[in-house]
Amino acid sequence: MSTELLQIRSLVVAFDAFHAIDGLDLSLREHEVRFVIGPNGAGKTTLIDSITNLVRPTSGSIVFAGEELVGHSEHAIVHAGIGRTFQKPSVFDELTVLENVDIAAAFRLPFRSLLRRRRGITAEVARALDSVNLAEQRDDPAGSLSHGQKQWLEVAMVLVQRPRLLLLDEPVAGMTQRERLHTGELITQIAQEGTTVLVVEHDMDFVRRFAHKVTVMHEGRILTEGTVAEVQRNETVREVYLGRPRDARGAAEVPA
Amino acid sequence: MSAVAKLLPAGAPRPSAFVVRFLLMAAALLLLAPAVLSDFRLSLLAKFLCFAIIAIGIGLAWGQGGMLVLGQGLFFGLGGYCMGMHLKIVDAGAGQLPDILTYSGKYDSLPALWTPFSSAWFAIPMAILLPMAIAALLGAAVFRQRIRGAYFAILSQALAGAFVIVIVGNNALTGGTNGLTNFQSFFGLSVSDPADQKILYFVVVIVLLLVFLATRELVLGRYGRVLIAVRDDEDRVRFLGYDPTRIKLVAYVLAAGMAGLAGALFVPVVGIISPALLGIVPSIEMVIWVALGGRSVLAWAAAGAVIVNSARSSISEQFPSTWLYLQGLLFVVVILFLPHGIAGAVGHLRRLASRVPLPGGRRVAAAAAPAPSHLPPRSNEVV
Repeated sequence: MSTELLQIRSLVVAFDAFHAIDGLDLSLREHEVRFVIGPNGAGKTTLIDSITNLVRPTSGSIVFAGEELVGHSEHAIVHAGIGRTFQKPSVFDELTVLENVDIAAAFRLPFRSLLRRRRGITAEVARALDSVNLAEQRDDPAGSLSHGQKQWLEVAMVLVQRPRLLLLDEPVAGMTQRERLHTGELITQIAQEGTTVLVVEHDMDFVRRFAHKVTVMHEGRILTEGTVAEVQRNETVREVYLGRPRDARGAAEVPA
Repeated sequence: MSAVAKLLPAGAPRPSAFVVRFLLMAAALLLLAPAVLSDFRLSLLAKFLCFAIIAIGIGLAWGQGGMLVLGQGLFFGLGGYCMGMHLKIVDAGAGQLPDILTYSGKYDSLPALWTPFSSAWFAIPMAILLPMAIAALLGAAVFRQRIRGAYFAILSQALAGAFVIVIVGNNALTGGTNGLTNFQSFFGLSVSDPADQKILYFVVVIVLLLVFLATRELVLGRYGRVLIAVRDDEDRVRFLGYDPTRIKLVAYVLAAGMAGLAGALFVPVVGIISPALLGIVPSIEMVIWVALGGRSVLAWAAAGAVIVNSARSSISEQFPSTWLYLQGLLFVVVILFLPHGIAGAVGHLRRLASRVPLPGGRRVAAAAAPAPSHLPPRSNEVV
């Protein structure tokens, strides 16, 4: 059990009467890449939100590297080694691309060294910018980037923080085919370098292509876990996707 | 000449351009103004430059940090009263009671609140540290609870209002609505001697320039970048591992310290500190100066204080009752048409000027990406 980086037990996140997460158990091993899929409203994003304390769990426990996370502040969780991106790319439009990555990289610096000006670019920041193909745009305001580039910038911002666990919320939504491919390769590479990655994704093509182990969520619980092939053969999974014709997005993306 | 310096391009991408403009401005304030202005005008300018110090603090907290500080009068007043009490005690002479404390007949000796202010070594640091301490207490409580926007603005304003009530309510101790006035001397300088007033003017200019330079360094540093990030999306910053409470607190506390420092200088320059100078209305006016100058550019925030107050005194001299209407009108115009104040307008004009006509009559920016006019000046123009 010592290899388990993240252990979620009996997690419940309730918004009034609605249980977005309803007694979920999930374990992630160190160096694992896990894809989480499920129809709309399955609680995938809420899962990431509760790990990072954007929403407060109603009950249950989230243990990361042996420490309970529930009740810790968002920034303390980042310092513990968990980074995340958002579905809607959230970068600071008025800062340059470089400044966005730079302040992300500086989060562990003691406060008084924040008071000084940035001198040049650290190798880490340069590498992060390179890995997401944004080195050329580094002096542009982040607000001028395209949607896909903003998503990459967000990935660079979280990469440069060297998290032990990286949570990506629909990293390829709104990206072109080429951008998706590049993002998939990037995720694979990040994992090879030793980061544990949890990816919430809607795009089944993308999941088929880059996922090894997949967790299927439905109505706030884990439906099943397994390889892509196993999950695709699972009758319940097919039912969940097919049995909800009104859920156009889920139905359109039946893992078949 | 000072007007010429102000009209120079506002964007400072290269430090050398900044150094030139800074030196021009410093020369205008240190050499030109004392040479051409009458004693009366020079001392008025000194007063406006005290206000400019407050404005730099507001530029930091509001312009860069997004905290609408509607109660800076509180901190300005605290600084003013700390200095005022000290000057009153010194004027009275050893063992004597300052005139203000004799009126009520309640005091035979210096009250406990006043005693420590006998020492300049206590009074001057307190003029800055007391506002900072109060801002730290208030800010820690408010920012931790994630109170922001209008609620923060109203809360900070309410405190300025409450401070006035406390002062007026304790008139035997504080001088009440009359405040502290009739100062004679300031560290050996005579408050009424024009030559000594000139020295005071130089002190104010140098303090202002130092405060400006220090704040500029802070804004250009990584901290300044994080502060802008907090202003634009506080919740996102948490997920970068920063505690926004701490980031905001620093800017807010520094702004309070600057207002206190301004108050301490204001007292010997103007010769009075009273509740009418630091209540809710004056606090709102301080924000108007910065809004008019341009909240996201420190130098323009400071210039706003000088411009609005110069306009106020010259217009009031000719049409005594029209200023308030005009000030209201100015504020409406700024909110409707100049969301980034004069700084934004100047930046917009510069961008227009940098465009070159293309064949077919289209105009395209020659240099950097053209920012739409509703956007604030680019972040490298913060000073």
